[in-house]
Amino acid sequence: MTKACIREREAYSRLSEDYRPKRPIVRNIILAFVVGGLICVVGQFFLDYLVSRKLAPTQAQAMTSSIMVFLGAFLTGIGVYDKLGRLAGMGAALPITGFANSVVSPAMEFKREGFVLGVSAKMFQVAGPVIVYGSLVSVLVSILRLYIFK
Amino acid sequence: MTYIKAFVVGGVLCAIAQFILDITKVNPALIMVSFVSAGAILSGLGIYGPLVKLGGAGATIPLTGFGHTLVTGMLEDAAKMGWFGLLTGGLRAASSGLTAAILFGYLMAVLFNPKG
Amino acid sequence: MEFHRRGTSTCIFPEMPVVVAAASVVGPREGEGPLGRLFDMVYNDTLFQETSWEKAETRMLRQALDLALAKAGIDQTQVDFLLAGDLLNQIISSSYMAREYDIPYVGLYGACATMAEGLALGSLLVGGRFARYVAVASSSHHDTAERQYRYPTEFGYQRVPTSQWTATAAGAVIIAAKGAGPRVEAVTVGRVQDYGVIDPNDMGSAMAPAFADTVWRHLQDMSRKPDDYDLILSGDLGKIGVGISHRLLLQKGIDIESRHQDSGLLLYEMKPEIGAGASGCGCIASVFTAKFWPDLMAGKIKRMLLVATGALHSPTSCQQGESIPSIAHAVALVSETA
Repeated sequence: MTKACIREREAYSRLSEDYRPKRPIVRNIILAFVVGGLICVVGQFFLDYLVSRKLAPTQAQAMTSSIMVFLGAFLTGIGVYDKLGRLAGMGAALPITGFANSVVSPAMEFKREGFVLGVSAKMFQVAGPVIVYGSLVSVLVSILRLYIFK
Repeated sequence: MTYIKAFVVGGVLCAIAQFILDITKVNPALIMVSFVSAGAILSGLGIYGPLVKLGGAGATIPLTGFGHTLVTGMLEDAAKMGWFGLLTGGLRAASSGLTAAILFGYLMAVLFNPKG
Repeated sequence: MEFHRRGTSTCIFPEMPVVVAAASVVGPREGEGPLGRLFDMVYNDTLFQETSWEKAETRMLRQALDLALAKAGIDQTQVDFLLAGDLLNQIISSSYMAREYDIPYVGLYGACATMAEGLALGSLLVGGRFARYVAVASSSHHDTAERQYRYPTEFGYQRVPTSQWTATAAGAVIIAAKGAGPRVEAVTVGRVQDYGVIDPNDMGSAMAPAFADTVWRHLQDMSRKPDDYDLILSGDLGKIGVGISHRLLLQKGIDIESRHQDSGLLLYEMKPEIGAGASGCGCIASVFTAKFWPDLMAGKIKRMLLVATGALHSPTSCQQGESIPSIAHAVALVSETA
C-alpha cells in the first residue's frame, strides 16, 4: 500500500457507500420465490405422473431429477436460462435446472477451445465445487450419524 | 394441494438463498455450495426427510435436495455394507442426476452455440 | 534543454498534434442506444460473421482503423506507429489486428483508459516529431469480456446494480503533425490510485479517485478552472463513480458538475441489466469518435478534456482478495477554430 493509507481507505469506503445503490432485495426475494416455486411445481408434475405410472418413489424421484436436468440444459442451449437467471437470481440457480445451467453454460462457452480442454474440462467450473463440498459434508454428516450420535 | 406445497417449500428455499446472497454479497457459486452442504447437514439432523414428505419436489428439486440424496444414499449403503457404504452410497444415489448433467451438458454443447 | 512540461504531470505541445480522423464501429445493442445513428458502422449481431467473439472483436477493431485511415485519406504506409489495446489477456484483439497491417506496432494495456493512453502517447510521438502519422485504436466486446472476467455468457446469474455493462465497440483515431481537425493541447498522465475497493462488480467506486486525482492535477498544472472547458468527458465511471468523483473534487474546491459528461452514461438507455452504466475500452473510444470528435470538428465544442479511467485488476488478483488499482489519463483538445 503506497499512497492511500489505511485511514484514507476507510474514509473513502464510508464516503463511497452513500453513492452505491442498494440491491432491490424485496423484489429479488419475491422473484426468487415465485420462479423457484414454479420450477418445483413443474418437478412435482413429473413426479406425480411417474408415481401414477407405478414407479417406485425413489426411482420416480431420480427420474424427475434427470428430466429437470434435461429441461435446464435445453433451456440453456436455446439461450433462455441466462435470462431467467438474470431475472430470478437464486430462484433459477438453486433448483437442479440451475445446476444443469451451470454445467451446460461453460461447456457451450468453451467449445471454441476444443472438446477436451474446452467443453469437458470447463464443464464443472461451478458444478465441481457443488459435488466436492456436497460429498465431503455428506461423508462427515454420515460419520457423525453412524458412529457418534447413533 | 401437493402443487401448492411444492411451490411454497421450493419457493421459500430459493427466497432464503436469495436473501443470503443479497445480504452477504458473495458470489452465487458460494451460495450453491453452501446450500448443498446445508441440505446434507439438515438431512443428518433428521429434518430434511420430513421436509421432503411435506414439500415433495419442492424439497428435492432445489440443491439442498442433492445434499439430502447424498447423505441418504450413504446411510443406506452403510446399513448394508458398513463403513465402506460411505464411499459408494452418495454418488450411487445421485448418479442419475449427475450422469444426466454430463450427458445433456455435452449434447447441448455439441448442438448449440452461446448467444451472449 | 527546455522541457515542455507544466506542473507535476502535464506535457504541453509547442506544435499541437492534430486529430485528423476518427471512426467508430459498434455492436447491435450499442447501435440501438441513444447514439446509435452517430456510429460509422453498426453490426447487427455480435459475431460479425466470424466464428468466435474474439475474432469478432479483432475484426471490429480492424474495421474501425480502416475507416479512420480512409477518412484521413492516407495509406497505411504513411503511418509511423500503431498504438492499440483492449481488455483481453495478452491484448490479443489488438495484436491480431496489428498482424494485418504493415505498421510499427505498440500494444497498450490501460483497461478502459486505453484510448486516452493511446491518444496521449500518440500525441507525444507526433509532437516530439518522431512520427508524421500515428494511428490509435482500442476495443472491447461484451461477450469476450464476460467469459474472461465473469461467467460463461449463458450462465444464469443476476447482475447487481453497481456492475457495469462492457460495451461491444471499437474506436480509432489518426493523429497527424498537421492538417484539419481538433488539436491536442496538453496531456496529463495519471498515477495509479488504490483506495481499497475489492468488489470487481463496483468499478465506478474503484476508479473515481483516479479520475479526481488526474482532473485535479491537470487543472492545477494548467492553472485552469473547470469552466475553461466546454466539456469534461470521463471514460466510464458510471452512475456511482460520477457521484463519488464530484464529491472528491468538491473536497478540493473544484466543481465540475455542469461541465461533466460520462460516456458510460451516454452509450445505452439505462435499463436495470446495464447496472451503473457502460464500460470497456470501446466505450469512450466509440463515444468520443462518434459524438465529440465531430462536435470539435464543427466547433460546437471549443475545448474539451477527455479523461478515460481504467480499473487495472485481473480475475486472478480479485480471487486472491487484492484491491483494484485504477488509473486515469487526461487529454485536452481544442477545436481548430478556437
